[in-house]
Amino acid sequence: MSLPSGLSFAQAPPITVPFRFFLSAPLFALLAALLALWFGPSLMDSRWQPSVLALTHLMTLGFLSMAMVGAMLQMLPVIAGSPVAHPVGVARAVHLLLVPGVLFLAGGFLLGSSWPMRVAMVLLGGGLLVFAIAVGISLARAASDNPTVVGMRFALAALGVTAALGLILASNFSWEWWLVGWVQVTNLHLTWGLLGWVGLLVIGVSYQVVPMFQLTPAYPKSLTRWLTWTLFALLLLCSVPWLLPEAGVPEQLAVAVGLAAMAVLAAFAVVTLRLQSQRRRKQSDVTLLFWRFGMACLLLVLMLGIAGQTMRDTGNVPGENLMAALLFIAGFAVSVVNGMLYKIVPFLIWFHLQSLLMGVAKVPNMRQIMPEPGMRRQMWLHFLAVPLLGLSALWPLLIYPAALLFGASMVLLEFNLLSAFRVYRKHAKLAPEINPKTT
Amino acid sequence: METISSYMTSDHHRCDELFAQAEATVSGQDWAAIAAGLRAFLESMQHHFKMEEDVLFPAFEQRTGMSMGPTQVMRMEHAQMRELFDAMADAVKQQDRDEFLGQAETLLVMMQQHNMKEEQMLYHMADQALAGEMEEMLQKMRAVVL
Ligand code: HEM
Repeated sequence: MSLPSGLSFAQAPPITVPFRFFLSAPLFALLAALLALWFGPSLMDSRWQPSVLALTHLMTLGFLSMAMVGAMLQMLPVIAGSPVAHPVGVARAVHLLLVPGVLFLAGGFLLGSSWPMRVAMVLLGGGLLVFAIAVGISLARAASDNPTVVGMRFALAALGVTAALGLILASNFSWEWWLVGWVQVTNLHLTWGLLGWVGLLVIGVSYQVVPMFQLTPAYPKSLTRWLTWTLFALLLLCSVPWLLPEAGVPEQLAVAVGLAAMAVLAAFAVVTLRLQSQRRRKQSDVTLLFWRFGMACLLLVLMLGIAGQTMRDTGNVPGENLMAALLFIAGFAVSVVNGMLYKIVPFLIWFHLQSLLMGVAKVPNMRQIMPEPGMRRQMWLHFLAVPLLGLSALWPLLIYPAALLFGASMVLLEFNLLSAFRVYRKHAKLAPEINPKTT
Repeated sequence: METISSYMTSDHHRCDELFAQAEATVSGQDWAAIAAGLRAFLESMQHHFKMEEDVLFPAFEQRTGMSMGPTQVMRMEHAQMRELFDAMADAVKQQDRDEFLGQAETLLVMMQQHNMKEEQMLYHMADQALAGEMEEMLQKMRAVVL
């Protein structure tokens, strides 16, 4: 018998593959915090300001996508049994294109000039394309009966749509061809980015990691079978009015699709919280707290969204949009990614050190690699920053303490990750012969 | 119908349960209870490894001719986990709570990612490769004692 196509038991890719992304991500979030301090309450005046657009992408591309790309390259062999080919080269190329790409994009917005935007288009388009091809091939080979693989495929497709729409918007920005309906295109772009790329990936990955880290019951099969594709189908439906503007899709239908998408996400958040409350593992842990906080923020965003949709006629809830965006990005997505980093990073360091040092030297355990008190301090800074960020949509002056706390939290996150990486470097030196393939 | 997948997956869950119990005892001061909890968990793991290394892996390797493939990686990971077992036992001997919890945390992640690979890939491959002798395989595995 031969191996079923594509299945492989190859070990994890070299440690630099995910780490170059993990160590860069907090720096972009820190940059976002510094920008927020610089621009202050004026950020809340309008979502179309260059400063807001720059900040948004430092967070969504610089922090979230950066960490998610690294995590996917790392996890595919374990979760999908299908490693990415040439992981070192792919990781290097994607990283070296994304890092300056995000900076040029933010710079293009801030300077309001077209050349940095054009450079950003090439860099980001290229980086995401390399990533999508490499990961796409690996996901195509993986077994389809695994709901995490299905979720990741949809997430990757959503990233493709997001990037394509982003490039259209950016070309409109830099060549000023005044795209018809650019407000709708922007809304479509951010919906695919946040609910699609971020939301679908978090859902797909949760199916594996929530039960795994806390020993909770598995997600019900009835849920995992339909959740991600329903969300994806709803995203496609959202896009129809834009594809067929003359079809004149009734307003109520658009509202119904939006509400349905929110219901899907709410189901996910509620089930996740419920499973976590049934966990067999009693040890409290930072990752668990980050995830619960993230799920609570997601539910809050959905309530704001539902209130916004249904109270449309009676006048808007003040600051509802901005608050929802802040809570979705900083409260939900950043928390989940942050919590994951605190499991993946110390584990990978342990795993690689142990492969290097088995029988040679004692390897520090996960808690020695990433001490609990440091993680907790950073977690509390984050938990304080998020409510203030949300409220700054109503009281703009709060942006100062909020951005200060958020920035401090990211400094501490970077410090924690770097300290852990230093432990790796120190111990890896003890290895009898450094094998470049496994380090 | 019971398969290698279903039988071995439920044995993983049994080990998980014992892990959770062993880890929970550490909140108390009773080191004898902690040692007993750890012993029960480690026995379940050693037993599980023995079923795989003595029965399942050799049969799979013989049937498929793949002796350097997936089973080799799984054996390597067993060796990595055995080091963690020893470290946990040492921590209990020295009554070092932090060391115990740190090793336990590490083992949990290692064990879960290992189980994931087995449950999603290896056991399915074994179900296919050994379909003709399923009953016999299950019987042999049930008969394994430490
Ligand atoms: C190739 C990558 C990307 C490019 C070139 C890009 C470009 C753009 C541009 C040009 C706009 C502004 C539209 C305008 O006002 O004219 C925009 C808005 C936005 N993008 Fe992106 N984007 C990219 C990726 C992403 C990703 C991955 C996400 C989320 C995960 C995202 C989230 C957003 C959001 C939330 C807005 C709206 C900001 C606001 O309304 O203030 N973008 N993007």
